[in-house]
Amino acid sequence: MKILIITEQRDGKWHPASMEAVTAAQQIGAQGAELMGVVIGKGVGALADDLAGFQLKEVLAVEHDLLENYTPDGFTHALRQVIAKTAPDFVVMPHTYQARDFAPKLAAALGRGMIGDCIGHRFENGKHIFVRQMFQGKTVVDVVFAGDAPWIATFQAGAFRGDMAAKGSAKAPVTSFAVELQTEQIRMKPGELFREAKQAVDLTQAPILVSVGRGIKAPENIPLAERLAHALDGEMAASRPICDEGWLPMDRQIGSSGQTVAPKLYLALGISGAIQHVVGMKGSRTIVAINKDRNAPIFEVADYGIVGDLFEIVPALTAELEKSKSG
Amino acid sequence: MKIGVCVKQVPAKDAPLSIAESGQWIRESDIGFETNEPDSYALEEALRLKEKHGGEVVAVSMGPERVKQTIKEALAKGADRGIHVLDDKFYLLDPLAAARSLAAAMQGENFDLILTGLQSDDQGFGQTGVLLAELLGRPHATIIMQIDASEGRLKLKRELEAGWFQWVELPLPAVLTIQSGCNKPRYATLKGIMAAKKKEIVVIPRGSLAVADTVTEHVERIYVPQKSKKTEFITGTPQEIAVKLVEKLKHEARVL
Repeated sequence: MKILIITEQRDGKWHPASMEAVTAAQQIGAQGAELMGVVIGKGVGALADDLAGFQLKEVLAVEHDLLENYTPDGFTHALRQVIAKTAPDFVVMPHTYQARDFAPKLAAALGRGMIGDCIGHRFENGKHIFVRQMFQGKTVVDVVFAGDAPWIATFQAGAFRGDMAAKGSAKAPVTSFAVELQTEQIRMKPGELFREAKQAVDLTQAPILVSVGRGIKAPENIPLAERLAHALDGEMAASRPICDEGWLPMDRQIGSSGQTVAPKLYLALGISGAIQHVVGMKGSRTIVAINKDRNAPIFEVADYGIVGDLFEIVPALTAELEKSKSG
Repeated sequence: MKIGVCVKQVPAKDAPLSIAESGQWIRESDIGFETNEPDSYALEEALRLKEKHGGEVVAVSMGPERVKQTIKEALAKGADRGIHVLDDKFYLLDPLAAARSLAAAMQGENFDLILTGLQSDDQGFGQTGVLLAELLGRPHATIIMQIDASEGRLKLKRELEAGWFQWVELPLPAVLTIQSGCNKPRYATLKGIMAAKKKEIVVIPRGSLAVADTVTEHVERIYVPQKSKKTEFITGTPQEIAVKLVEKLKHEARVL
């Protein structure tokens, strides 16, 4: 069995989920497999060398001028050539925004399946079972590939631990893989990357976060949560809908499109716990969730759960904290 | 500009879900359905483009009879007509088969632009838009926050991870997936609802489409997740809960 790991980098720096994909592939290949790491871009020699430190059979440095800036056409054309040459059984990637942008295209171009955003993998009764979420995390499904290889699987951030990726006893050989690409094959004209506003608050450094979701209902209720944050000496955070509505600034957003945090205490107020939010906070040491819906997925990751009306519980909690502070 | 918008109908946000006896889907009889929220942003973007550049907006949906309601809502908001790919067991389709069906249904329309939401709140594949692009031979861009169209080209603001953005350009025809929250979806007006009654919805049974029924993946089992973490539920009056929680955070979790 052969497994191709497609890593992700930008400007010579790893996307941290790349190492999580290495761990995932090592698990899929636990029964014995040839693992090949792929670094794609331009000027990726140092990263390919770094990747070669992991327990892999080989590392392929896929480089071309037209791969310097990511485009779905460029990456798909290049990876099709890599797949044609190496004939892998599985193609494993981290489920990043970039993978979401080209992995389905690659699958369709090959006429093969892709199981995306997996949270786990099991080898059971001779079958590779990929686990993913449905209904915003309220249910889970076991999915298996059918038909011919290659099979493409992407893994959700945090599904595997990057620091668990096994290192090799010796460095894996790095091979430069030449791809054929023409300018006219690339239909997208990519522009420079930019940030909207400079990040005023770095929530990743805050030890305590009070985070609000749709359950807060209206902007005039935000101060209720702010008083709690103040009583805890914590910072305010929010799920995406709150920032989209402009009730809190964008730099307070936690989740796949915002910041990823791991404070010692995370209070989720009226946050249902959609996957996109949970990936940004599930590493928190202690999670408290207050939600009126007992079945909200946020309770899956909470250490302490309170099913009830946040408009009654939050003021009581604030008062209790203020009392214990002064007392 | 002729724009196709994919809209899906999904279980209502607060619907209590239970697994059907087949183990392949949920019990549909007990719950309400609504338009997939991410798709409402795609529809709004399409309607705004039509208002600016003229043309037509066609709402396309796949699923059982019930999804007509979602198409009707799109028509009431201003879409011109609908295409309903009828399939009672759409949930058995893998992402590629679902996209092949939608692509076959849309092929003859020659849309200048196809828009989809970012992902569906039920199956959550997040693949349909990108698959459609490849199957129809169109370029695509995903997670789009802003669309500026002029002279057969699109200037698009893409959202990347961790607060980064990028402007990209694409030629038309193209396929885009729209980021949720990038606009404020309109409500249907009474006038819109009345006008929608006269608008056409073409029904295409999925079985009548010339689509290869190659299966690339299948669901073995759907189930309620086993918790990896033990949640301790704290109960009582708000006052009692507050006292207990502060106590636990101080002495058990020791985070205060």
